[in-house]
Amino acid sequence: MGSTQLPPGTEETLAATTAAAAAPGEPVEMVQLLGPDGKLGSDPIFSDYAKRIDPEKLRVFYTDMARIRRFDQEATALQRQGELALWVPLTGQEAAQIGSGHASQPQDYIFPTYREHGVALVRNVDLAELLKQFRGVSNGGWDPRENNFHLYTLVLAAQTLHAVGYAMGIQRDQKLAAAEDSTDSKAAVIAYFGDGASSEGDVHESMVFAASYNAPVVFFCQNNHWAISVPTEVQTKVPLANRAKGYGFPGIRVDGNDVIAVHAVTEWALEHAREGRGPVLIEAYTYRVGAHTTADDPTKYRESAEEAAWREKDPLDRLEKYLRAEGLADEAFFDQVDADGDELAKYVRSTTHGLEVPDIREAFANVYAEQHPLIAEELAWFEEYSAGFESDEETAN
Amino acid sequence: MATMTIAKAINEGLRASLTKNPKSLLMGEDIGHLGGVYRVTDGLIKEFGDERVLDTPLAESGIVGTAIGLALRGYSPVCEIQFDGFVYPAFNQITTQLAKIHARSLGKLTVPVVIRIPYGGGIGSIEHHSESPEALFAHTAGLRIISPSNAHDAYWMIQKAIECQDPVIFFEPKRRYWLKGEVDVENAGLSADPFKAHVVREGTDATIVAYGPLVPVALAAANAASEDGRSVEVIDLRSISPLDFDTVEASVKKTGRLIVAHEAPTFGGIGGEIAARIGERAFLHLEAPVIRVGGFHMPYPVAKVEEDYLPDIDKILEALDRSLAY
Repeated sequence: MGSTQLPPGTEETLAATTAAAAAPGEPVEMVQLLGPDGKLGSDPIFSDYAKRIDPEKLRVFYTDMARIRRFDQEATALQRQGELALWVPLTGQEAAQIGSGHASQPQDYIFPTYREHGVALVRNVDLAELLKQFRGVSNGGWDPRENNFHLYTLVLAAQTLHAVGYAMGIQRDQKLAAAEDSTDSKAAVIAYFGDGASSEGDVHESMVFAASYNAPVVFFCQNNHWAISVPTEVQTKVPLANRAKGYGFPGIRVDGNDVIAVHAVTEWALEHAREGRGPVLIEAYTYRVGAHTTADDPTKYRESAEEAAWREKDPLDRLEKYLRAEGLADEAFFDQVDADGDELAKYVRSTTHGLEVPDIREAFANVYAEQHPLIAEELAWFEEYSAGFESDEETAN
Repeated sequence: MATMTIAKAINEGLRASLTKNPKSLLMGEDIGHLGGVYRVTDGLIKEFGDERVLDTPLAESGIVGTAIGLALRGYSPVCEIQFDGFVYPAFNQITTQLAKIHARSLGKLTVPVVIRIPYGGGIGSIEHHSESPEALFAHTAGLRIISPSNAHDAYWMIQKAIECQDPVIFFEPKRRYWLKGEVDVENAGLSADPFKAHVVREGTDATIVAYGPLVPVALAAANAASEDGRSVEVIDLRSISPLDFDTVEASVKKTGRLIVAHEAPTFGGIGGEIAARIGERAFLHLEAPVIRVGGFHMPYPVAKVEEDYLPDIDKILEALDRSLAY
């Protein structure tokens, strides 16, 4: 998508309608296209982007949202059955993840936090591999370079700086490519983080660096309203999207339960970044319906009425209504989606049981990239120690 | 052979790396137009431009965190932390991220980031400008930590650090920045392996192990001891992680006595690790317990009293006397 395809006046309109228009603490306008009633509205800027989404793509959105919700249910069950040490549910945030993930292109690099299972699905990460970390057989689980989808990061916001550095690398690659007269496809980076992480210093520093170097990075904050048990109001006194203004780049709040709007806004932001116009902050206004992780209990810190109100805004329900009302999907389609979900759950369950426990020698092998005498010494000790048990067994036999 | 200061040797080493490797780049506060507060990066921005020599925003976590991202994209960033005591805001990025990415990715990702830190006291400076935090980083698996003590090492070790596929923390002995020495820019010699210790003075009665700023102090103490007829061996450790215990062990087996000197507080420091290891490896060769000479268990003291804090010739000689008294 070239800059010429941006609707005329987009930048100015955005500046006027988003962060720039509001005083710091004032509510910011939220981009919404598909309402909770399943009716498609319009937006002066982003409707043009929504028009790029054909019916087939809408059905893919729905399928992926349904698949990842089903996966989430299965993973939660696996945790309850003791098969996973912990699970981090995403239910409620499907549109934010599937919409933004589908807006990215293969050459874009994604830095997730630890709840981006939906983005992982879109980036073709094997969902069973995603479970390795939670099963306790890996601290990662997949090769980040295969799908340009980075490993999960548990230390909040650390990855936002990695994203900016990576984006600075893209800038340099493009200059090197230009110097060599080769054509390097333009790329951007997305950094995912939550409203809780927005309080971390690294988010601030990443935005300072991104602005200073005009780095091609999209900050994608999923404001799911609860940082474990602490509400967003404790993290920020202003709408998170408004913070972008302080760094000098656009900030957009989008209805995070509206997959069409999320896709449109993210596509715009990525084009903006790829074309050298600098970073964008997207605040996807959404809600984590379940617990933060399987270790907490939301009934202790929030009202069920609040949860019920957000369930009314469910991202899958509204797209289903739209697809049905417009005749874009029939009953057979929804039946197929359900059947696919069951297949996926079956696959995830059986694969999880079969995930191999690694040998600790693998950990020895990967502490350093180059030879390290202490590692060699400790491994040699461990081999000797283990061999002692083996010879004991032989004696016993 | 050229004669240059340690600061100039690092500057020349950085220049050589930037020339050799188009994907290497420098980043830090004031390292561009000012050339760094110690002028270690002097003139490099003029030569390589601001895409390769970045004056960054004033944010240490930001410097290291973005360097990690650049490394993930295939670059070899060299970060400068302006002073030792300012590395703590970047501690999280260094210990939870930089050190672990290779392991977490099962070796699929490498992050060849170098972090340069001018460290140590003796310059009469104010709070946070004189610390020796190397043990904090040495305790973290995944990091390599080295510290040159002379110009030749400085020139070559910085280049080797940049070539290394592991993250390297490069502690620069700031009070020795102006120490001149011969540099063979054609031949790395022993510096080709920056992770090996050097015996810089041979002896038979006792061994002193030191690194970075204390190597000249250890040598001066050994020379003073020789006037009393004592033959003291001095080892420049050079690498704190990995630690070259083989060289230390071989020396102790020869001399039977070991003194470890560093500026960092004695408690929980590298000296304790060396003492413990040598105890395990060469117990029957020891004529005396390993004696540590280091800083006290206190925040680095105010400049007007730092002489009482820092290991000096007399403190090392006192330790030597104690060791020889067994």
